Amino acid sequence: MEIERREIMKRVYISFLLLAALLMMPSFILAQTPVKGGTLTWGRGGDSVTLDLAQATDGESIKAGIQVLENLVIFKKDTMDVEPQLATSWEVSKDGLVWTFKLRKGVKFHDGTPFNANAVKVSFERVIDKNHPFYKYGTWRYPALGLGPVKEVKVIDDYTVALRTEKPYAPLVANLALWLCPILSPAAIEKYKEDIGRNPVGTGPFKFVKWIKDDQIILERNDDYRGQKPHLDRIILKAIPEVSARFMALQSGAVDIADDLDPDSIEMAKSNTNFKIIERPSVNVGYLAVNTKKPILSNKLVRQAISHAVDKQTIVKTIFRGLAIPAKNPYPPSIWGYNNKIVDYDYSVQKAKGLLAKAGYPNGFDIELWAMPVSRAYMPEPVKTAELIQAYLAAVGINAKIVRYEWGVYLDKTAKGEHDMCMLGWLGGNADPDNFLYGLLSSDNAKPPAANIAFWENAEFDKLVKDAQTVFDKAKRTQLYLRAQEIFHEEVPWVPLVHSTIVRVYNKKLHDVPLRPNGLNSFQMIWKEK
Amino acid sequence: MEKVEALSELKKNKTAMVGLILICFLLILALIGPWISPYNPLVPDPINRLKGPSWSHLFGTDSLGRDILSRVIYGSRISIIIGLIAVSISLVPGAILGLLSGFYGRRVDEPIMRLMDIMLAFPAILLAIFITAILGPSLLNTMIAVGIVYIPHYARIVRSSVLSLKEQLFVQAVRSLGGSNLRIIALHIFPNTIPPIIIYATLGMGTAVLQAAALGFLGLGAQPPTPEWGAMLSEGRQYIQNAPHVAAFPGVAIFMLVLGFNLFGDGLRDILDPSLR
Amino acid sequence: MAKFISRRLFHLIFILIGVSILVFLMLRLIPGDPAHLLVGEFASPADVARIREKLGLDRSYPYQYYIYVKNLLKGDMGVSVRSNVPVSQEVFVRFLATVELSIVAMLISSFIGIMAGVISSVRKYSIFDYCSMVMALAGISMPIFWLGLMLMYLFSVKWGILPMMGRYTMGLDHHVIAGLVILDSLLSGDLQLFFNSLKHLILPAFTLATIPMAIIARMTRSSMLEVMSKDYIRTARAKGLSYGAVIFRHALKNAFLPIITVIGLNFGLLLGGAVLTETIFSWPGLGRYVVDSLSARDYPAVQGCILFFAVIMVVVNLAVDILYFYLDPRLRIDGKG
Repeated sequence: MEIERREIMKRVYISFLLLAALLMMPSFILAQTPVKGGTLTWGRGGDSVTLDLAQATDGESIKAGIQVLENLVIFKKDTMDVEPQLATSWEVSKDGLVWTFKLRKGVKFHDGTPFNANAVKVSFERVIDKNHPFYKYGTWRYPALGLGPVKEVKVIDDYTVALRTEKPYAPLVANLALWLCPILSPAAIEKYKEDIGRNPVGTGPFKFVKWIKDDQIILERNDDYRGQKPHLDRIILKAIPEVSARFMALQSGAVDIADDLDPDSIEMAKSNTNFKIIERPSVNVGYLAVNTKKPILSNKLVRQAISHAVDKQTIVKTIFRGLAIPAKNPYPPSIWGYNNKIVDYDYSVQKAKGLLAKAGYPNGFDIELWAMPVSRAYMPEPVKTAELIQAYLAAVGINAKIVRYEWGVYLDKTAKGEHDMCMLGWLGGNADPDNFLYGLLSSDNAKPPAANIAFWENAEFDKLVKDAQTVFDKAKRTQLYLRAQEIFHEEVPWVPLVHSTIVRVYNKKLHDVPLRPNGLNSFQMIWKEK
Repeated sequence: MEKVEALSELKKNKTAMVGLILICFLLILALIGPWISPYNPLVPDPINRLKGPSWSHLFGTDSLGRDILSRVIYGSRISIIIGLIAVSISLVPGAILGLLSGFYGRRVDEPIMRLMDIMLAFPAILLAIFITAILGPSLLNTMIAVGIVYIPHYARIVRSSVLSLKEQLFVQAVRSLGGSNLRIIALHIFPNTIPPIIIYATLGMGTAVLQAAALGFLGLGAQPPTPEWGAMLSEGRQYIQNAPHVAAFPGVAIFMLVLGFNLFGDGLRDILDPSLR
Repeated sequence: MAKFISRRLFHLIFILIGVSILVFLMLRLIPGDPAHLLVGEFASPADVARIREKLGLDRSYPYQYYIYVKNLLKGDMGVSVRSNVPVSQEVFVRFLATVELSIVAMLISSFIGIMAGVISSVRKYSIFDYCSMVMALAGISMPIFWLGLMLMYLFSVKWGILPMMGRYTMGLDHHVIAGLVILDSLLSGDLQLFFNSLKHLILPAFTLATIPMAIIARMTRSSMLEVMSKDYIRTARAKGLSYGAVIFRHALKNAFLPIITVIGLNFGLLLGGAVLTETIFSWPGLGRYVVDSLSARDYPAVQGCILFFAVIMVVVNLAVDILYFYLDPRLRIDGKG
């Protein structure tokens, strides 16, 4: 009798479990189906400067702009290879000077006007041609990184366009995938003129709605989008400069995603089950640029001394809480051509003092150390890091005064070369060494407003980097870049500090949140649980 | 009131004594600070950052691993000096203006008081921010800004004191004896304004320390790595969730110093001139 | 009465002129070209020339001042460098937020302060008296920014019962009627928003109320003590009036005068305190706006804010003065009875 009952109980239990499993299955399936609708509030450390990405240099502008604007080509999801976006195919002529692109048909801009070869011509030529009527409507940034090599854009027919370069330029297609080369509606540029940066009209999955400066940018789903329409109804990009306030906003649910959090907050988030965290090794660098045009700092020995004075390992372990690797080269190991044979300047107060004495400054000197006022992905705690560096420099006799300016002013002044030493960083959008080495360290870019804020001019380095642009063979380019990094190491225009790990913390109600190392994250696929 | 009488009254007044003890304690701390600080307040030790209070770090460590107790001790010097200098900057012009204004009457009084009214139209911290905007953020400029802001307060106090003294018999007497105005002011009026001045200067020290700390908190005062209490509170704000001790201790320090001045000033007021309450 | 008011009005205008001159000078005293300070670092040479022309920056100071006042009377305080929105617009929106905070703080401080002061004076030298006076003393010695942080830590972080920042949770929509969220939510029947914004208001308002509360409590106590020793109080007691009636109807009414003065004079403290409190709790008010504008070098905004604050202070002080005068003769007549 007992055994029978036990048998029955067992069967009851099993059937109960099966029933429960059956009941739960639909919810499992349901949990995976994207929910349509909802508003994503995205918390970031600063407001965008402009949404016309051809004029943008900062990550916040890029973050918002790429939801609205599209390019001819984009980077594939998880690799650094390029795939079609508004262009469908392309080929290069035998002399390497003419690139012909076939364009996608039937695509409309957000204002209803059609996307065609003329739109490409206008969008590009306004940047490169001084005589173009729209040239004066903007400040074109880093032309060398984007459309610089392009000399002419020719409309072959409505859906075919040809780009001609001056010299053979191997990375051209990779350049076109960068944020700097978006296609905007010519009618919109005509209408908004200089304010096109505040009213971007593109072909992207989201439309621009409103921008309240220093507060928020509101985007809306583009229901006429040519591809997979986004799940979200709206995206609000909210600027919360204070990092603790940003984290609190995430905790209280005021924002769904928080970017550029400080490592301490990330630690707290890790132990909170309401949040998900994604990490990616970066393609960025945080560095201390030494203005080689200033007295004292123009002496290579001084710069090498500074390199020895800074303890990067400790900075990484403490301020970054391990979410970074110490940097010895201008770009991180995740990018090809990285010269791993280089041995970094080791942390040695003795060597630093010795070099300073040799350079003629046995008692050190006074200097200004500029630090960013806002947290960036490559440097979430700029002031703390600066204070630490200040202490390291003090230990070898260099008396550094920390100076801060408002972000826009900081970028402006450093571009003009008013600093002694300043902290800054770079996110390599196209994972090509050229982006870092030519863009940030060549003498071409050392003229104000400069991207080369060390104002370093080295003929040998220049030649190597420029040659590498015209060579199409990756192996050959690698050789040139390896040598270039050796020169960089010797001359120390920067003290490279860290390559930080990019971390994105978000509410677990969100799904399919992207985090690409190159920072070009489209929110097209994100969906939010109700 | 005779000095001897005053001193014995002072000892009897509990509030004043407690205040005095607090002030002396912090003063001594400020003076012997460098000798008793367990660590150097400026040298970072990032491996030990954000550690809570422990036997090796009684007040814990800040975001760069610096010992908070040492920083608070060094900060006491800074705050006391700020208080002294700011009050001096307020007091000297303020007292002079008050004396002139109260004594010479209409012609001089009106314009001076109008000017003071204009300054008093701004909330104190905003006027201080205004001045710092012009001069630039630094510890010295904070002292100057706070000093300038409170000039009208002292001018008013001295003026009302002078006004009531002016009517008193002994002044009439000296006048009829042929004393010159300057003599009257310097020898008879001014000495009698000293008690209220002392009272309000004491209370004013507390206010000056608070305002200077507020400016430091807003980032307008001492620049890193100076261990000024207000700036330390500002830093602590970021870590209020995971390391509240960083903000807690500097705040307690400010509180104690200001409380000390307020208690002592209150006590002084009770003794020297209860009518001022 | 009329003579009094007109004299005070004249005084007010004089002060306002003085204030405007001071604020006007501010921009010229800051190192740097005023034109650049007003349009920001990223303006084109055309913009710089335009503002130079518009404000007459090449002309003499008196002329510039004339243009400045002319614009002010039109309501034109310049354009914010950061947002390209007229400063008057930016200021107004945030002003309402600060008003909401200040009014609630004022109510809290007056209510609790007066209550505590009255009870202290009635129960002189009792434990209550001693405790409340000690706390009042502590209140005026405490740095508000520290108090705010400590309260935030206790209530928001440790116990998690009150929100940490902002005016209301970001997802909620605020249907603007009067610009005061508490009022608007009640008027539009949005109870969720009402309770939500109330919760957000508690910590900042209480923090802001601390110093005025302490001052009012002390003032009330001493004022009440003084009044209660007067003859007419003893007369009232002798007449057989209950203790409560005596306290509230006679004593408090007479003691009220200095209390009102103190409340009015403390308004400046309230505004100043708002600057710090708003910064800590990320309250979107004028105080925080001034600080943010200053660090962003948005000088038109800083100028506009400071001017606005000063004008409000002066107007409120005048109102308190008039109120005082109005109450005074009336009370004098009452008191005799």
